[in-house]
Amino acid sequence: MISLAAMLDAPPDAAATTATTPEWQLKLYVAGQTAKSMAALENLKRVCETHLAGRYEIEVVDLLVNPRLAAGDQILAVPTLVRKVPEPIRKIIGDLSNEERVLVGLDVRPLKQAP
Amino acid sequence: MSKVLDQTPAPRAELPKAATGIAGLDEITGGGLPRGRPTLVCGSAGCGKTMLAAEFLARGAIEQGEPGVFMMFEENAAELTENMRSIGIDLDELQRRGLLVLDHVHIERTEIEETGEYDLEGLFIRLGHAIDSIGAKRVVLDTVEALFSGLPNHAVLRAELRRLFRWLKDRGMTAVITGERGETSLTRYGLEEYVADCVIMLDHRIVEQVSTRRLRVIKYRGSAHGTNEYPFLIGEKGLSVLPITSLRLDHVALEERVSTGIAGLDDMLGGQGVFRGSSVLVSGLPGTGKSTFGASFAEAACARGEKALYFAYEESASQLFRNMRSIGIDLARWEREGLLRVHASRPTLHGLEQHLVHMYELVRELQPRVVVVDPISNLSIEHHDLGLKATLMRLIDFLKHQGVTAMFTSLTSVSALSPAESEIGVSSLMDTWLLLGNQETNSERTRTLQVLKSRGMPHSNQVREFVLSARGIDLIDVYVSGSQVLTGSARVRAARNAQSGIPGGTRGQ
Repeated sequence: MISLAAMLDAPPDAAATTATTPEWQLKLYVAGQTAKSMAALENLKRVCETHLAGRYEIEVVDLLVNPRLAAGDQILAVPTLVRKVPEPIRKIIGDLSNEERVLVGLDVRPLKQAP
Repeated sequence: MSKVLDQTPAPRAELPKAATGIAGLDEITGGGLPRGRPTLVCGSAGCGKTMLAAEFLARGAIEQGEPGVFMMFEENAAELTENMRSIGIDLDELQRRGLLVLDHVHIERTEIEETGEYDLEGLFIRLGHAIDSIGAKRVVLDTVEALFSGLPNHAVLRAELRRLFRWLKDRGMTAVITGERGETSLTRYGLEEYVADCVIMLDHRIVEQVSTRRLRVIKYRGSAHGTNEYPFLIGEKGLSVLPITSLRLDHVALEERVSTGIAGLDDMLGGQGVFRGSSVLVSGLPGTGKSTFGASFAEAACARGEKALYFAYEESASQLFRNMRSIGIDLARWEREGLLRVHASRPTLHGLEQHLVHMYELVRELQPRVVVVDPISNLSIEHHDLGLKATLMRLIDFLKHQGVTAMFTSLTSVSALSPAESEIGVSSLMDTWLLLGNQETNSERTRTLQVLKSRGMPHSNQVREFVLSARGIDLIDVYVSGSQVLTGSARVRAARNAQSGIPGGTRGQ
């Protein structure tokens, strides 16, 4: 399912692959440009570039802009990262500062060497 | 239900309050929950927290025009809607009319991984959006404690809940927050620490296999409130809390007198019967004719063209009709004419409070002038039940306020030393007390009647003999022979002797 919301900060290479659905579809819910949300986005990008390069898509949802999505997607804590695809849905809350925990949460097998 | 609320003493320059619309609760709290502040409703599972919260919202929306947001953490919207439909509240319709938002917060611990710092701003945004979308004035968080099992970091959660309650207050929301009862504290996670304005505790216990729900206002900052434990029920029309008594004794005493339907008894009561709006207790051993007094009383009301309501807790309506027909009291006729309603049920069917609520509902619905409860002693399985007196007190207060004349029959226990003794508990509530008895002398049994008390009127001090004939209850004229009052065959003999000119008896009264 591809969301119609603006894909604000998605990296250009991920945006380019929208013709074919990316293997990993991630949504990051934040509330405004807070330090925590900026940190979460940076941490997420780094993890994805390291382990899922070219195979992911990040959508950032600012709940201050779209408050109704909080109920629709069952968001309580911010920042919350939601792995929509591959199923099942998984959620990681917090600023994603612990890479290991993020990988466990996303169920990604870490690559031994950087690409 | 509004009649009960009307009796609420007007609060003097107290906190502004938001009426819950729940019968009785507004009376105890002197007008409702603190407006613009959170109230904690705590209690064990299944004690009616969710129902109370939902009714507070729904009645607020329907009766006060205050839209509300129901944020649920456990039940889902479909379940709640179904439960509320059972008490006649249609949440779907309220949602369509823009008076209600239901938001089910679903948290699954297994789906959530935690890494790094976070806060619950999402919950605030979510709630804020719901509030803004309908201009809500009331909020329910049911049971916010579920978050503790969903979110691993309790320190963050506690800080955020504190902020949430503060935020609700700042936004002027009248909020109900429910919490599961803890073992040592009021709520399992100590929510009472954060919600300090008003705390209501609900309780559900089983006594003698009959369940009773109770409600207590533990604290209410800045306001007087009833401190007792009050029974409450979840009935067909939702929650009703029953204050033990109305706070004041302020019913108007009526001067009008009504006949008891028994001419001789009316004579004993100064010739005019009892005061309208008073309560009469008829007590006696088994088989002394208590029900017959009740039936005569009801029939007399119907004959005057007044509505009568008869609560039968021992006999079915048809059995009562048959038995009374044998002594010339045709109750069926009055039922056909719509003046009499017999409500027969097993006393063990409900707890006392539930009976009381049924009585309230029927009295409000039918607006009778006369009510007979036959018998009150059966309403309680336990003999010395404290609850019976409290229940009766409430019922009597209620009937007096409605100006209803009531007759209660009561079976005195055979074992009691004196028949009067077993009624000590309730007799003080009654205005008129009749005692029926059986005198056994010379191998015959004579039915007797005496007026033990009758407030505000002269009344006879004699023990009178009565018979049940085809014309109902007949009081026999007193036969005094020397210093003795004669009854039964002694009286008959004396009367015969008097007729034939043999001295020994004089008629008197």
